[in-house]
Amino acid sequence: MSVAPTLLAVEGLTKSYGGIHAVRGVSFQLRAGEILALIGPNGAGKSTCFDMLNGQNRPDSGHVRLLGEEITGRKPREIWRLGVGRTFQITATFATMTVRENVQVALISHEQRLFNLVGSAAKVARDEAGRLLELVGMGGYADRPCGELAYGDLKRLELAVALANQPKLLLMDEPTAGMAPRERVDLMRLTATIAREKSIGVLFTEHDMDVVFEHADRIIVLNRGTLIAEGSPEEVRGNPQVQAVYLGEGLVYDARHREGASA
Amino acid sequence: MAFYVVQFLTGLASAASLFLVASGLSIIFGVTRIVNFAHGAFYMIGAYIAFTLTDRFSGAFGFWGGIVMAALAVALIGLLVEMVLLRRIYHVPELFQLLATFGLTLMVQDLVVLIWGPDDLVGRRAPGFKGAVDFFGQAIPSYDLFLIVLGPVVLGVLWLLFQRTRWGVLVRAATQDRDMVAALGVNQKWLFTSVFAVGVFLAALGGALQIPRDAVHHAMDLRIIVEVFVVVVIGGLGSIVGAFVAAVLVSELNAFGILIFPKISIILVFLVMAVVLIVRPWGLFGKPEAAARRTPGLTVNPWRPLTQNERLAALAGLIVAATLPLFAGNYALTVASEIAIFVIFAVSLHFLMAVGGLASFGHAAYFGLGTYGIAFLAKMAGLPMIVCLLLGPLMGLAGAAVFGFFAVQLSGVYFAMLTLAFAQIVWSIAFQWVSVTGGDNGILGLWPEKWAASPSHFYWLALGVAALVTIALRIAVFSPFGYALRATRDSLLRSEAIGINAKRMQWTAFVIAGTTAGVGGALFAYLKGSVFPDNLGISLSVDALVMVLLGGVETVSGAVIGAIVYKALNIWLVSQTDLSKLVLGGFIVLIVVVFPKGIVGTLEMLLQRKRSVSPPGSTLLAKPIESAE
Repeated sequence: MSVAPTLLAVEGLTKSYGGIHAVRGVSFQLRAGEILALIGPNGAGKSTCFDMLNGQNRPDSGHVRLLGEEITGRKPREIWRLGVGRTFQITATFATMTVRENVQVALISHEQRLFNLVGSAAKVARDEAGRLLELVGMGGYADRPCGELAYGDLKRLELAVALANQPKLLLMDEPTAGMAPRERVDLMRLTATIAREKSIGVLFTEHDMDVVFEHADRIIVLNRGTLIAEGSPEEVRGNPQVQAVYLGEGLVYDARHREGASA
Repeated sequence: MAFYVVQFLTGLASAASLFLVASGLSIIFGVTRIVNFAHGAFYMIGAYIAFTLTDRFSGAFGFWGGIVMAALAVALIGLLVEMVLLRRIYHVPELFQLLATFGLTLMVQDLVVLIWGPDDLVGRRAPGFKGAVDFFGQAIPSYDLFLIVLGPVVLGVLWLLFQRTRWGVLVRAATQDRDMVAALGVNQKWLFTSVFAVGVFLAALGGALQIPRDAVHHAMDLRIIVEVFVVVVIGGLGSIVGAFVAAVLVSELNAFGILIFPKISIILVFLVMAVVLIVRPWGLFGKPEAAARRTPGLTVNPWRPLTQNERLAALAGLIVAATLPLFAGNYALTVASEIAIFVIFAVSLHFLMAVGGLASFGHAAYFGLGTYGIAFLAKMAGLPMIVCLLLGPLMGLAGAAVFGFFAVQLSGVYFAMLTLAFAQIVWSIAFQWVSVTGGDNGILGLWPEKWAASPSHFYWLALGVAALVTIALRIAVFSPFGYALRATRDSLLRSEAIGINAKRMQWTAFVIAGTTAGVGGALFAYLKGSVFPDNLGISLSVDALVMVLLGGVETVSGAVIGAIVYKALNIWLVSQTDLSKLVLGGFIVLIVVVFPKGIVGTLEMLLQRKRSVSPPGSTLLAKPIESAE
């Protein structure tokens, strides 16, 4: 893994809202094929940080580079064209289309056929869409209306959509939020397999520590907008600062989970 | 100099009524999220009732009492409307709310004529404010001075009401987060009802106070509502201070616009609005809106191209339609031609609304531009008909390209209002620029050439074009472009995240829809033989919306059926009754409340229910037959 080139380099990323410093000078790197987890308590700045990576949000200062190319402040669609796939905390799919059509739209965009007014969209990259759906285990659902899918299936569909442009980097914001425990493990195993096979770098945020410690190659920990630890799962687990800051608040987190109110 | 000061004061005086109406609209929107199109109607009823009361009761007490009583009476009507109608439609998308309240407006227009007659009524002068004040040789009506003072006073009263009373606190809270207010145990029903009544009271007061300045007539509702839309859009929906500032701004622009551009004074206001919307899309004092609500019961069943059998059925329908000249007379053929033209117009708007999710309230602009395109090409350039028909729609294209560029920067209610405003700009140019457009007299004498002159030939032409346009747009719906456009409608976030430039897709769709509407307009000019500003008017825009809605906004081309049914009904109604607006308005309200899926949408739903026994995945939902008439 150490020989892989640096895929994503984040340097001094900063964002404030009014007087609140949501993200302060965050720097980290991600190599191709590496699975990096970004964790931290609620309000640590994970989502803000995440949104700045693919252009949903513009940083006040700092740099984001993809394979050496500056992508700071560029639009999400431009960053997508450079090979960055994204899934959302709350799934965003096209409810009035079938599962296959959802993937096909992404492929239409990838093939730069958006302004084709006379062709038949149903015929565009039909096989490729089917292949992607097979890959995420949704092959049997291709003709189902997307609007009637279960939430876990929507998450898998999002993964298929995010893979449509053959990304070098996958950004997954709480990929398993709202899923049943069993489904969580399955989805992350699937993601990890695909990522390793295709040497895709994956950055994900997650509240489920089982998922994090099972799959992440490396973990970075964010608290109050600053990066407080970085390292292998073991290192982070043993880091006293993480335990104090993160797990300190984790008591509340655990209590909440015991009552069954998952994040 | 004195003249300019007087002009300025006149502007301020006009601002008072405008502010009253606009603040009412803003308060209602802030809490209920309904853009009340009927606000102009309440303003008008206020004026009429005030006229009657002040006419009946003499003296200063009779006059001022009459004005307040009128406003209270209208507030009571508003209360009933809210309880009977609006409570049923709070959850539906704003397009439907706008349409339902527009339906009310139509009904009121006829009712007012029924009760007070069609003539302009000149009201009493206000006791104590009958004279004029001399200002360096210029006379200022003292009533104007009263109004100038009244505006800030009302603003102050409203401020106190919202800052110092429990009710005001609740209203402000609900404006920020109505779900939270409901969760805190506030009875939302009565909060909404009271807010609506207060808003209507302000509108009616604005109307009642106008009677010493202006004659009361039955078209004053549309005039004020367009101005009020402009005011709240500039000031920011939901902001009372914004409404005040914008009312003054708009009134002054009107007052001085006449001096600068006497021919096209209305444009000035709309230009300012366009600039404000582009710089601050949510208005000067407004806040950015949360994402718009989704279409109701969004189709779970994805759209499908027609199956082989359905294509044959549609073709059969077209052939049947083509045989009409064999047994129908000239009048029927002219009506049928008009229906075919309106099919073109309706499907063009349907494409924008159903696929792009953009509800334009000014689509007639592009239809009308098509008609004027023909007028210019045929009358002034003297080009042959076939060339005119090909080039005329380019006017629609040009208009849609310019206005569409700005309009797609916005969405939801603001998109609707901006398109309405643009349509009004075009309308006012056509109306005021008499030397080019002939103004209200229009441009006459545009007759088709010999090959298309007979009713049957013209009908075949219109039918053929309508069929081609419908097919072309259907192809576009199922093309990669159509899917990508629909993707931007379904999820802006996701479409952006897969490399789709939503604004460019929407702009393209707007241009396609505008050009197609221009095609309809071009044919319409030849059908009527003349071109008038009405071809660009609000009522035509709303006709198109109703056709789309009636057909079913969630269908692929339900507008075809919607246009046929609506236009036929409309023509028949006008021939049967003098109260066509009343019936039509009631009809619109009825569709919105009980029939929001439209004819084709409802048929689809019934068909689907019938088939729901079959396992999911195999439901290739058939569309009902659509004759391409």
